[in-house]
Amino acid sequence: MEMNDQAADAAIELSGISQRFGEYTAVQNVNLKVAPGEFVAVVGPTGCGKSTLLNVIAGLRQPAAGSVKVFGEPLRGLNRRAGYLFQQDALLPWKTALENAALGLTFNGAQQKDSRSLARAWLAKVGLSGFENRYPHELSGGMRKRVALAQVLIMDPKILLMDEPFSALDIQTRQLMENELLRLWQEDQKSVLFVTHDLEEAIALADRVIVMSAGPASRPIGDFAIELTRPRDVTEIRLTEDFLKVHREVWALLREEVMRAHGQA
Amino acid sequence: MDKRKVILLQILLLALVLLGWEFSVRLGWVDAFFFSKPSDIAARVYEWFRTGEVYRHLWITLTETVLAFLSGTIAGIALGLWLALSPTASAVLDPFLKALNSVPRVILAPIFTLWFGLGIASKVALGFSLVFFIAFFNTYQGIREVSPVILANARMLGAAKGQLLRHVYLPSATSWILSSLRSSVGFAVIGAVVGEYLGASAGLGYVISQAEGVFDTTSVFAGIVVLAAFVVILDIGVSLIEKRLLVWRPTPDQEGGTV
Repeated sequence: MEMNDQAADAAIELSGISQRFGEYTAVQNVNLKVAPGEFVAVVGPTGCGKSTLLNVIAGLRQPAAGSVKVFGEPLRGLNRRAGYLFQQDALLPWKTALENAALGLTFNGAQQKDSRSLARAWLAKVGLSGFENRYPHELSGGMRKRVALAQVLIMDPKILLMDEPFSALDIQTRQLMENELLRLWQEDQKSVLFVTHDLEEAIALADRVIVMSAGPASRPIGDFAIELTRPRDVTEIRLTEDFLKVHREVWALLREEVMRAHGQA
Repeated sequence: MDKRKVILLQILLLALVLLGWEFSVRLGWVDAFFFSKPSDIAARVYEWFRTGEVYRHLWITLTETVLAFLSGTIAGIALGLWLALSPTASAVLDPFLKALNSVPRVILAPIFTLWFGLGIASKVALGFSLVFFIAFFNTYQGIREVSPVILANARMLGAAKGQLLRHVYLPSATSWILSSLRSSVGFAVIGAVVGEYLGASAGLGYVISQAEGVFDTTSVFAGIVVLAAFVVILDIGVSLIEKRLLVWRPTPDQEGGTV
């Protein structure tokens, strides 16, 4: 029985999370579960507090109310089991691609020789062999994202938090990166919480799409299981009938929120 | 713009000014007693180096400059780090630092002479009082401007406090600190020379002050020329260090891609 309980623990469990910035209530009473190995996408209009949720789960920010559980344990301080891929560039500009990829290992006190060879392997895995000694400003936006991905995945986190990681990329690079992400995720099925405002991206990637209401006091208002076959190719899957059907269904709900968000702006 | 053309024009401009000066004196338009003339000044500088009497003074001034520069920079960076990372200390000390920094340093020179005597120490103290604040304010600013995303990312990757300092804060502040180094060198020289000028027995400032005392304008100008060359050489040294430490920084035309 105890084994079963253990297995039933969600990778992430949010109960009653609220967050305020001064007078502004960003999110209110958010309940959310991500199962081990599940890929969950959160969509919502801009300013609906999606990033706030990620920061709370990462432990970078204390919620005003509610609790965060990680694999059944209440979260204290930073979430050591989560990797966080930020929307903005977060590489250290004064370190090379290789040094950046190895950064987490360096922080953990790994031998330089070991961390370098592992970082080299990870850079190869994200398609950056030969770029080890480039500084971030010498790489394109897509390449920098690849380094960031290697930087996070090299730590082998059980949970992957992604905050619109590909939003700054052009559409081709973006789809390449999405496929890459699916490929890497399929290897060891981490729990992923992927925040985006792009519904197509959410459906193409995720097992489950959660729709957030427009802010203030944003909260989940829809939860759609995406039963598209895997492995997927994000470019091709967008053209299938099943995809369009789910898209119509979710969009019907999301549209109102987007309109509401715009009306307020 | 062609680089050679620029250099040519620069030489031309210099020659024009020097020749204008030289001939204004020779033709009696201005009084050589007050203005000396370039040929005399060049001869005097040459004479100083030929007899070697200037080396002792250069050495003294250099020692004072380097000591003031190093002590001021190290102390400034240390305090800048501390205050930038400790909001309480920063809030408490802020008005005092501002008040101290608003004191014109030259008026401290007599006090330093009183405290530390006529030797090197009082000049180093004066230079320190100038350099310290530049290093401090730049370090403080540099640390405060570290991108919060980069910081959050490093923390998520498991960086401890000391590691944040070493891998994130300090490198991030280097460009600020380095730009402060360049002005610091200038101020260290000012501290040394003004200190010497006001009371010493050696150094370039002393040489100039002595020459003024006997209305020897040629030596005054010669001293200024040597001093200027001295500062330019130090500045080139700092630029070289700057280039080495900032290899990772993009030059404006080199920035790749968007975001």
